[in-house]
Amino acid sequence: MSQLFKPGVNTLARVSIAGGLATVVLALGMLLVANFSPYTIHGNYAGIAVAQPVRFSHELHSGQLNISCMYCHQQAEVSPYGGIPDTQTCMTCHANIAVYSELLQPVRDSWANDEPLIWLRVHDLAEHVYFNHSVHVQNGFACETCHGNVAEMPQVWQAEKQYMGWCLECHLAPEEFVRPLETRYEVGYEYPENQTEFGTELLIEYGVYGETEDSQDTTAEGIGLTTCATCHR
Amino acid sequence: MTDQDQMIPNNQDWRTLEDFVDSPDFAEVMQRDFPREAEVIRSTGMKRRDFLKLMGASVVMGGLTLSGCGPTSRPNEQIIPYVQMPEGMIPGRPQQYASSMVMGGYATGVLIETHTGRPTRVDGNPNHPASLGASNSMILASIFELYNPDRSVTIRNEGEESDMEAFTSALDGVRERLSTGFGLRILSGVNTSPSLARQIEELTSTFPNVAWYQYEPLARDNVHAGVELAFGEVLNTIYNFAEADVILDLDSDFLVKLPGSLAYARQYADGRRVRNDNQTMNRLYAVESHPSNTGAVADHRLGLKAGDVGLLALALADALGADGGAPVEDAPWSAEFFDAVVADLQASGGRSVVVVGDGQPAVVHALGHAINAALGAVGTTVNYTDSVITNPTNSVDDLSLFIGDMASGEAEAVLILGGNPSFDAPADSGFAGALARVPFSVHLSLYNNETSQGATWHVPATHFVEEWGDARAYDGSISIVQPPIGAMWDTTISEHQLIAMLAGDERSGYDIVRETYSDLSDADWRRALHDGAVPDTAFEPISPSVSLRVVPADEISGAGDELELIFLQDEATYDGRFAHNAWLLELPRAISKLSWDNVAIVSPATAEELNVSTGDLVDITLNGATMQAPILEQSMMVDGAIAVSLGYGTGISPELDEGLNFNAYPLRSIDSMYFASGAEVSRSGGRYPLAIVQKEFDDMGTYPVRYATLDEFIEHPDFVEAEHSEATLIPINVWDYSDGYQWGMSIELTSCIGCNACIMGCSTENNVPSVGKAEVLQNRDMHWLRVDRFDFGKEGGSSFQPVPCMQCESAPCEPVCPVQATVHDHEGINNMVYNRCIGTRSCGANCPYSVRRFNFKEYTNDDSILAEGRNPDVSVRVRGVMEKCNYCVQRINAARIAASTNGRPGIMDGDVTPACAAACPTQAIVFGNINDPNARVTQAKSQTLDYSLLEELNTRPRTTYMGRVINPNVTLYDGAASWHDEDKKDEESSEAEAETTE
Repeated sequence: MSQLFKPGVNTLARVSIAGGLATVVLALGMLLVANFSPYTIHGNYAGIAVAQPVRFSHELHSGQLNISCMYCHQQAEVSPYGGIPDTQTCMTCHANIAVYSELLQPVRDSWANDEPLIWLRVHDLAEHVYFNHSVHVQNGFACETCHGNVAEMPQVWQAEKQYMGWCLECHLAPEEFVRPLETRYEVGYEYPENQTEFGTELLIEYGVYGETEDSQDTTAEGIGLTTCATCHR
Repeated sequence: MTDQDQMIPNNQDWRTLEDFVDSPDFAEVMQRDFPREAEVIRSTGMKRRDFLKLMGASVVMGGLTLSGCGPTSRPNEQIIPYVQMPEGMIPGRPQQYASSMVMGGYATGVLIETHTGRPTRVDGNPNHPASLGASNSMILASIFELYNPDRSVTIRNEGEESDMEAFTSALDGVRERLSTGFGLRILSGVNTSPSLARQIEELTSTFPNVAWYQYEPLARDNVHAGVELAFGEVLNTIYNFAEADVILDLDSDFLVKLPGSLAYARQYADGRRVRNDNQTMNRLYAVESHPSNTGAVADHRLGLKAGDVGLLALALADALGADGGAPVEDAPWSAEFFDAVVADLQASGGRSVVVVGDGQPAVVHALGHAINAALGAVGTTVNYTDSVITNPTNSVDDLSLFIGDMASGEAEAVLILGGNPSFDAPADSGFAGALARVPFSVHLSLYNNETSQGATWHVPATHFVEEWGDARAYDGSISIVQPPIGAMWDTTISEHQLIAMLAGDERSGYDIVRETYSDLSDADWRRALHDGAVPDTAFEPISPSVSLRVVPADEISGAGDELELIFLQDEATYDGRFAHNAWLLELPRAISKLSWDNVAIVSPATAEELNVSTGDLVDITLNGATMQAPILEQSMMVDGAIAVSLGYGTGISPELDEGLNFNAYPLRSIDSMYFASGAEVSRSGGRYPLAIVQKEFDDMGTYPVRYATLDEFIEHPDFVEAEHSEATLIPINVWDYSDGYQWGMSIELTSCIGCNACIMGCSTENNVPSVGKAEVLQNRDMHWLRVDRFDFGKEGGSSFQPVPCMQCESAPCEPVCPVQATVHDHEGINNMVYNRCIGTRSCGANCPYSVRRFNFKEYTNDDSILAEGRNPDVSVRVRGVMEKCNYCVQRINAARIAASTNGRPGIMDGDVTPACAAACPTQAIVFGNINDPNARVTQAKSQTLDYSLLEELNTRPRTTYMGRVINPNVTLYDGAASWHDEDKKDEESSEAEAETTE
């Protein structure tokens, strides 16, 4: 009886084992990629500038002119929404400045015709998530922490991939990201070396840690920053 | 009902597949198991080849989108800011406006919540005397009317679409002819609005040929006529139950159905809040012709035919020495009951009150006033003031005059402001025929209903959140209807605007209402708008003396032996005005727990006599007119009578009307507006499915409601306690609950009146959808909170028990979730994470309280206009997701953020009120931080009355109940059957022992 398997079959067997494993790994990898792709999850449009109907430049206003975030986005201190300024806010300056600029024609039209400007959303938070600007801004979390350095963005893009894991980086350890209130609208802030201790002190000062008189909890978990209903309801 | 719903027979069980396969229904399922869309394709005559071509093309197109567009395919969501932000507006934060909702002429103060200009919620106004912060299901559901897809927004002339310009010129034509003696008649609802009265009076003084009539199907004609019989003039009667120790309800259902009921219910409940340090409570006797909330919670209940209630009043007046009393022979009640009531009323020393129902004849009301005067109640529990209603006329007489004018041709033009008289006028009044003879008729209405279709012009009306108005509350307080938004549709106008247009007055609704209060300074006016009522406009009490203008004994003859037919104000549709409100229609009725339908309520004994049972379709005949209705047997219904609701069967909404066509108005005539003798019932053949959400009203000895008499409570303050083992299989939670906020709820069963306001409050707050009758029939109702009712078995009395999620500290739902979609937080709330849920429904199966609800279908439709009215602070759930009560966690978060951003030390007691607790008229629901010893909830839970539902399961619920205490008269009550009945307990434990030894 002759040999059923020639010597070359050994190689074939090895290759097919390795190939099978590789296929499984590749398939899993593709699933993972698909899972975090823009087609399955919101929030990872980071780094892609959005062309707005009005060519408003944060680089100019926030960077070169050094206008505070609060001049236009004052709602961020009092409302869940960061807020887009009304046309009137634009016109407070542009009634006198750059009045003949072509770029500002849509703004002047809006003002003259009483028709709102239409902007495109850059930060589209995932469904089921309720984010509140005011409670973050009022407790020492800076615009820059999430929105990046807008002073360097001619057209705004999303600075961070807004996955839940990214939210949790801070919600697990807010002391690593909190800043003194007076610096919350600054860009290019540098955290001190002892940020963990300094941040904890700030959070106690701002009443984030230690909510009630008899409770002096100084962990993110203890004050409920990681419970589901904090963001999902 | 869709085809698919009908495939599986939901009224019969099948145990094996064979049972199912043999049925013709199954054959149908096999026939239709392919997508119904296939039928559509086949019907277009598309060839197989074409279909494959199309399929191929769509795959290619889909592939192009995926590969070609890449990252730029991000959704281009728009943000549209204001051009000029309104002052004080903060997008993202809700705003509240004080306003008023008017029902039957009477105003109740409300707060309307808007989110960037979209009204999302109507709540009670704490500063308003008729609300005191509470609301009822109709107030809460009124926001549905604004967005109702059935609402009319098109002006119609002779049924054809028209526009405002054409209507204005038509109205101008009428005005020009008015000065030539042209006859114009105006029909409005019962009116308390000073502005409308002023406008119409101005019109009638200029043009003497203009006359004004008021009609509503549930106008309180008998009440007004009765007070006139007693005092010689129409006065307004206001009760004060806070001062009452003994209350006798004569078929009034005063806890939910009177104009001031929200205030009355609060007063009643305040008189019953038994605590360890307050052991006094009032006593409520209810005499009634049909099951009602008041009867259900009464300490003693007597069922009498509506026609016999007058006899009881007659006998009472006689026994109490009041004017007009007369002895009654062969009384249909027990002498024991009667004597006990008389003794109690006499002993109360003026701290008692008799309340006569709107449906009782005028002479019974007159007797009621005489009895209250004889009891010395006037000035204490009963007060009289000037009439709240402008020109208090008899509504039916007014309608007859109006119809007479139309029929005789004297009315050459008519304006009908709201209502639907073609549908709801008494059957023998001939309204619709007379209206057809009028050459120019205008009907102003939210819906294009029967009257609109009979009139030459239909003009859509504004909702009360869209236009200015005013009205008086039950105590006379002037309440402003302040609209938070302008009209959503430019085709709609208010009644004030319509009259102004007729008068050639081009002012806005605001100017018209403001002019009525021109004596108020701007600051006072703003104050009134802010508070919701003009201060100090409640009428002063007057003290008239009774002198009856009638001999009651001549007028009251009793109900006799014939079958009595009773017409009820409906809990959902009211008089038919909410017949298109899916939220109200789906809300289970207080006693029967039936949703969606009108039924003929009979007692089991009467059902047997008539040879019918629940679900049978019958024909009810009265004076030659017939209506069809399904039978519903109710143990609390009086024998020998049959009760039907008004307001069903207006044929406007094809979607809603299927099944909702049992109209009782054809049986209602001028002589029998509320009840009549001599009805006949015959089977019309066939059965009708009834969507009843609670199937069993017996507690089966499980005592979900623990109750005792007041005496028993005083003797055993801890009567709610029961022995049970501490063993549990459910892991104890990992959180430390000794620290921080720990949320808890206490529900006081003694004061719950089962009015369902909590359910509706919850549903509007939490975007709970209504699912339709077909789904409710399959037990898929979505209400996060249910109100169970259990029969006591004593004279038919009941107890209501609201059951939200218990927020168990050791929650059985949590360990069984494979994806941790339901988990506890550090503050003791069992969170439901919708975006994690994969819909295994294990949690629902493992919940011993059955409080979880599953989205079997896509019940929410984002394309519907109803989506505009949703609460943006709460997620809208999709198909396949479990949901449940979460203590209104969005309100807790809002309070926490408000405290944090305003630099306050933390959330104070009262900062967080869940929607159910806010709506409750009797404040039976208390919520707060159980770690705060001074919080109201902690104090409620520290009472010995506090117990947990199914505590033997050791789930350690955060929601606990305060046991129910009733205050029966010892001479009528044998003292048995309470939860704390030692004999019964001993008996049970010996039984249990016997079982174990076996």
